[in-house]
Amino acid sequence: METEDIKKAIYELVEKSMGKKLLKPGDVFKKVSADNGIDKKEVKNALKELIDEEKLVYSYKGGSYVEIPPK
Amino acid sequence: MGKKYDTPLLDDLESGVFPSFVTEMKRAAEQSEYANDLLGQLELSFKENLTHWKHGGIVGVRGYGGGVIGRYSDIPDQFPGIAHFHTVRVNQPSGWFYTADALREICDIWDKYGSRLTNMHGSTGDIILLGTKTENLEPIFAELSSRGWDLGGSGSAMRTPNCCVGQARCEWANIDTMAITNEITQHYQDEMHRPAFPYKFKFKIAGCAVDCIASIARADMSVIGTWKGDIQIDAAEVTNYAKGGMDIAEEIAGLCPTGCITWDGSSLTIDNSNCSRCMHCIAKMPKALRPGKEKGATILLGSKAPIVTGALLSWVIVPFIKMEPPYDEFFDLVDRVWEWWDDHGKNRERIGELIERLGFPAFIKATELDLHPQMIKEPRRDPFFFWSEEDIIK
Repeated sequence: METEDIKKAIYELVEKSMGKKLLKPGDVFKKVSADNGIDKKEVKNALKELIDEEKLVYSYKGGSYVEIPPK
Repeated sequence: MGKKYDTPLLDDLESGVFPSFVTEMKRAAEQSEYANDLLGQLELSFKENLTHWKHGGIVGVRGYGGGVIGRYSDIPDQFPGIAHFHTVRVNQPSGWFYTADALREICDIWDKYGSRLTNMHGSTGDIILLGTKTENLEPIFAELSSRGWDLGGSGSAMRTPNCCVGQARCEWANIDTMAITNEITQHYQDEMHRPAFPYKFKFKIAGCAVDCIASIARADMSVIGTWKGDIQIDAAEVTNYAKGGMDIAEEIAGLCPTGCITWDGSSLTIDNSNCSRCMHCIAKMPKALRPGKEKGATILLGSKAPIVTGALLSWVIVPFIKMEPPYDEFFDLVDRVWEWWDDHGKNRERIGELIERLGFPAFIKATELDLHPQMIKEPRRDPFFFWSEEDIIK
């Protein structure tokens, strides 16, 4: 799976969860790697890119989560 | 900037013989709007017995998920100077050694962008810069990083590793705590800056079992310097201690937790096979006793302060490990521990709590740790590994 496709899968997962459930980075690694049969490390690297591109941001709400940044 | 608020309750805290944080806040308030409004809000909180802080949210510097703790006043109209009052955690140098120039550099940056208030140091050892606005975070980070500083850990991440002064200033350090701390910090940069754990994870590295940084009570993983082999005895110096008035029977042999020391009035003997390496005798008679020659560390896991559930002390998981560069064995162990925690930990569950929930046998099987009789919860009392029926039949 190409990195861009993994990034898309991560973004869609976070977007779908918005307003329903806060996702920890670990939740994202587990779900995206299981759904796509890929190594967690690949998901980790893809998330890192999404954060560096500021398409996703970390938030702290009693624990650390990933979210889509507010507009 | 003049005094804006009457603070009779805070003023009272300036009485007495000890230095007062109120005095420092008032000094800062002479030149800082942040510190001035901070005094006003704190006085109000004391009066109402109610906090006016809220914290968290989306705040930080680009690419990092830690190092900044978002904090806001819940009455910003009343105290606009602290509408934002974010904390910046700066990764401290190992052992907290600074030049005066380095400290001036940090403080100059903070005078320019922050409240002028600092806290040396936080419980994970970081330099804590207290109170700034969201728009100042990137400029602060840029200035800090251009001078070689970095932010520390916060949130569900590896927190800034911390150590005692080690071999830099202490003759008892069995391991190079400062080098190990620096190595962990460099090796796990992503784990510190990009929070991906169930909750926080703290390393503390102590040079010996005196444990000046209290790692056994404050670190998820404690690395404590120890030794293999016999304690080295200088008989002539033992005699000097006795001649100097030390009651060796009472103060040394009598306080040995395992009772492995005997003193017959003229010579001291140690049953090293029963020594728990607690350092008591060595710390009391440093000229006469020294640790054994083969140095390494004991790894303990699981301590924490009581935040979500009660406090825990660490348990021994590796009685002896060589702690020498490139530390491959140690990093491999850490990776296995984290993998198990990542797979099974609930949100906001520390590693020690997970072990309590699932049991030590599950943890040991998953991490493939070798079993040793020294892997104990409470020394010489409470083994945490229990053999299964299957093991006994074998």
